[in-house]
Amino acid sequence: MSETIVRIRELTKVYAQGEIQVTALDRITLDIAAGEFLALMGPSGSGKSTLLHIIAGVDRPTSGECLVQGVDVTKLNESQLADWRNQNVGFIFQTFNLIPVLTAAENVELPLLLTQLDRRQRRQQVETALEVVGLADRAKHLPRQLSGGQEQRVAIARALVTDPKLIVADEPTGNLDSHSAQEVLTALQSLRRDAGKTIIMVTHDPKAAAFGTRQIHLEKGELSA
Amino acid sequence: MTLSTFIFKNALRNKRRALLSVSSVAASLFLLVTLQVALRELTLPVESAGAELRVCARNKVSLTNPLPARQRTIIEKIPGVEGVTPFTWFGGQFQNEGAMTFAQFAMDARETRRVFTDLKLTAAEQAAYESEKSSAIIGKISADKYHFKVGDHFTLDSTIYPGSLEFKIAGIFTGTADDRMMMFHQEYLDESIGTPGLVGMWWIKVKNADDMPIVIKTINDAFANTAAEVRAESERNFQLGFISMLGNIKTLIASISTVVVFTLVLVTASTMSMAVRERFRELAILKALGFRRRELFVFILAESFGLAVVGAVLGIGAAYCVYTFGNISQMTHGIFVSFEVTPHIMGLAALVAALLGIISAIAPSLAVARMSVVNGLKTLD
Repeated sequence: MSETIVRIRELTKVYAQGEIQVTALDRITLDIAAGEFLALMGPSGSGKSTLLHIIAGVDRPTSGECLVQGVDVTKLNESQLADWRNQNVGFIFQTFNLIPVLTAAENVELPLLLTQLDRRQRRQQVETALEVVGLADRAKHLPRQLSGGQEQRVAIARALVTDPKLIVADEPTGNLDSHSAQEVLTALQSLRRDAGKTIIMVTHDPKAAAFGTRQIHLEKGELSA
Repeated sequence: MTLSTFIFKNALRNKRRALLSVSSVAASLFLLVTLQVALRELTLPVESAGAELRVCARNKVSLTNPLPARQRTIIEKIPGVEGVTPFTWFGGQFQNEGAMTFAQFAMDARETRRVFTDLKLTAAEQAAYESEKSSAIIGKISADKYHFKVGDHFTLDSTIYPGSLEFKIAGIFTGTADDRMMMFHQEYLDESIGTPGLVGMWWIKVKNADDMPIVIKTINDAFANTAAEVRAESERNFQLGFISMLGNIKTLIASISTVVVFTLVLVTASTMSMAVRERFRELAILKALGFRRRELFVFILAESFGLAVVGAVLGIGAAYCVYTFGNISQMTHGIFVSFEVTPHIMGLAALVAALLGIISAIAPSLAVARMSVVNGLKTLD
C-alpha cells in the first residue's frame, strides 16, 4: 500500500456572502495515496475546485484538517504557504495562464527564480521539463506562437520544473480540442507512471476522468461515491 | 532569465502606454526644472556674497525717481559707512537687439570694488577702468555671450536717456551675483546727458554687520522731510522688495510646481494601477507559484520606479541641454540672459521622480497584497 500524501479530515468551507452562508465543503474526509491520479468530478458549484485550492494551499478551510506530505497547510501563514507551494505543488490551470511576454522556456523558469539555483542549473531543469512534455524545440516561442495544447503542455512543464510530488490541475482540458486534450492527459498520465507524481485533477469530462487511477464525485460539498 | 529581465519585459508589455507615460513624466519634469530655474534666476541676487554689508538707498517715492547727487557727501559722513557709489540704470540696447539683454549701471569707478567686495577684477583692469571715463567693466557671462575682449569698443542706445554712449571695455569681472551686468562711470553719463546732479540710487558699504541697522536708520533720518526722501534698506531686503514688485512670483511658481508634481503623481499612479489591473490574473498565478507579497511589491515598485527614472532622465536631460546649449536670451526675448540648471535643481527633480515612482507603486501594491490567490484566479474564468 502506498503512503498517503494527502490526508483530509472533517474539512469544511463556508463562504459568507452578506447575510447568506454557502457551504462549499461539508466535513470532507479523504485520503490520497502517493502516485495516484485522482479525478475530482462533480457539477458546477459542487466544491471540487474549492477542495483542490485548499489541498494546494491557495485557500483556507473554515474548519478541519488538511495534511499534505505531513504538513497541515491550514496552519501555515501566508509567507510559509508561498514557500511551501513553490517547493511542493505544481499548478495547471484551465486557461494555461502563461505570461504572454515571456517565451515558453522563461515561463517554465518562473518558479525556479525563487530557488537558490544558478542560471545554468535553472536552464538545465527548464530543458528537462520541456523535453518531458515534448516541447524542447519550442523553448523560444512566445505563448501566442503556440497552439492551445502546446500552451497547456508548457504549463505542465512549469508545474513540474521544481520537481514537486503533487500536481494539481483545474480543468486542464477545458479549453482544448479533443486531440490536444488527449495529448495533455497522456502527458499527465506518464508523469504519474514514469515520474511517480501524484496528480489531482478537477474535471467535468468523464473521458478525461477515465485517465485517472481513481475518480471521486462531489455533490453539494459532500463526497458522493 | 533573471527577475530584472522579467520586470523589464513586463514594463514594455504595452509599449504605447509606456511611451506615453514616460513622455508625460519627462514633459512634467522638464516644466518643473524650468520653473525652478526661473525662480532661482529671479531670486538669485538675494543670495549674493557680501550682501550682508551693503545698503541700498533709493527714492522713497519710487525706484524710478532719481536722487540728488549732493546726498553723497551727507551719506559718506555717517559713522559706519565705508564706501558710497551712485548706481544709475542706463537701460541700453546693444546694436540691433530688440530688447535690453544685460543691465548697465553708472557708478563711481573708484568706489566700485570697495562697495562690491565680491567683484573679481585684476589690478591692471581696475586701473584701466579708473583712468578712462568712457571705459566700462562687464561681467563674464555677457562678455562670453557677445565675444567681448578687453579693449573692444561698442555702443549702447539708451532707452531712458537721449542718445547713445560708446564704451571701451577695460575689464571683465566675475564673482558677483549677476555676472551679466556692466558698470561704467557716472561722470561719463552725466557729461553726455548734460544734467549733472542726479543719480538713480545709492549703494553703500558698511564697515561691519553690527552697524547696519543704525546706518540704515541714520540715512533714512538724514533725508526725512527733504525734497528727496530716501528709503534705505539692506541689499537683501531691497532685492526681496524688488522681486515683490513683480508680484508674488515665488508663490506663483511654487503653486504651479505643486500642480505639476500633483498631476504627475496622478498620471503615474493611474498608469501603474491600469498596468497592474490588467495583470491581476497573472499576479495571482505568480502568487500561486510561490511568489510572496514582497516580491510582487518589488516587481510593481521596480516598474513604477523605472518608468519615473526614464522619464526623469529624458525630462531633466532635455532641460539641461536646452538651457545649457540653447540661446536662452533669444528664447526668452531677453528676459533671462542666463538660465542655469544647477545640480541642486536637477537633484530636486530627480528626487521628485524617485518619490513619484514609490508613491505610484503603493496603491497597486496594496491591491495585490490584499488579493487572495483564489479571487485572483477567479478572474480567469
